[in-house]
Amino acid sequence: MTIKSLDPRVTRANIDIEAKIGHQENLDQLQTYEVFAQAKRGTHHMHVGSVHAPNSELALMFGKEQYARRGTCVNLWVAKTSDISATEYADDDIFELTSDKFHRDPESYKVMDRIKAYKERQVK
Amino acid sequence: MELTERHVEGLKELLYKMADDLLILGHRNSEWTGLGPILEEDIAFSSMAQDKIGQASALYEILHEMGEAAPDTIAFTRNEKDFHCSHLVEMPIGEYDFSLMRHFFYDHADALRFEMLSNCIFDSVSMVARKFRGEIKYHTMHADAWLKQLAHGNEESKARMQSAINEAFPLALGIFEPGNYENELIEAGIFGGEEALKAAWLDKITPIVEAVGLKLPAVSDVTPALGGRKGYHTEHLQPLLDEMTEVFRIDPVAEW
Repeated sequence: MTIKSLDPRVTRANIDIEAKIGHQENLDQLQTYEVFAQAKRGTHHMHVGSVHAPNSELALMFGKEQYARRGTCVNLWVAKTSDISATEYADDDIFELTSDKFHRDPESYKVMDRIKAYKERQVK
Repeated sequence: MELTERHVEGLKELLYKMADDLLILGHRNSEWTGLGPILEEDIAFSSMAQDKIGQASALYEILHEMGEAAPDTIAFTRNEKDFHCSHLVEMPIGEYDFSLMRHFFYDHADALRFEMLSNCIFDSVSMVARKFRGEIKYHTMHADAWLKQLAHGNEESKARMQSAINEAFPLALGIFEPGNYENELIEAGIFGGEEALKAAWLDKITPIVEAVGLKLPAVSDVTPALGGRKGYHTEHLQPLLDEMTEVFRIDPVAEW
């Protein structure tokens, strides 16, 4: 008895209903590339995801269909995931904001009043 | 020059064979959906199969404007002998090496054919040819990238690509089977003709294949698979049509 499926491709494969599905060995995985898309010339490339690929040329081909087949895109970058350096999440305390550095907060600029006034005029 | 009935018939014949190739190959390539070698390639190959169905639909639409039946009727109700596709596109998907080489041979021919038609005196045809230029260019870039990768992979992948070339090349030559109105199409500036297309295709693909260390058979050494354009098909087309039209035939007048 072979599997009869609504998908004719499955039926054509003549798979024995009784066949035991054994343990599959893990296959070698291709490396991953990070994909960056640019929506418009002159704007920043934005990270949009990653793809598995054997080389950068195919990574660009895959990136185009995975991430740029809808919406606008004028340019793609790919970079090997392994080439990207990252901070450790264990060190995420380095990003903590301390509240006593008014000089870093644009709200404390002396010209802020004038900026606010300008913005209000723009709205009107 | 004054266009005659023969020019119009020639254009129709040209559009039918182009659209039929696209529809049948689009259906064939969609058989890989869910079975592709890796997820990314599965998505890319399926997406290109959809592109082909879309291009076929645009060409059937032009035929419809010229007085032929509606696109769905043309696609789903004709008999096998009324299809004008080449044998290349009818062949089963085989192993991925064959599907990739078919993709390479067919899409380069398709790109060059649309390029020739971008100057067609019929605006509806030249507009469609220009509209799909980028889409088809991507298809050829994708095919070239895979050919290069597998030719340089290992001994097995290289040998398999060479054997897929040997198998698909005579079939691919069948794309350029001359039609009944070649001279009329050429003299009126509708289409440059199959011979010119074949020459441009060989000029285009030969250096790409040789650059990756593979070899095309000599044209004089192989027998082109002819007959498809005249309605003589391989035994693989009818089962494909049965499968493709199965749902349509349940209720031909259903609104989708």
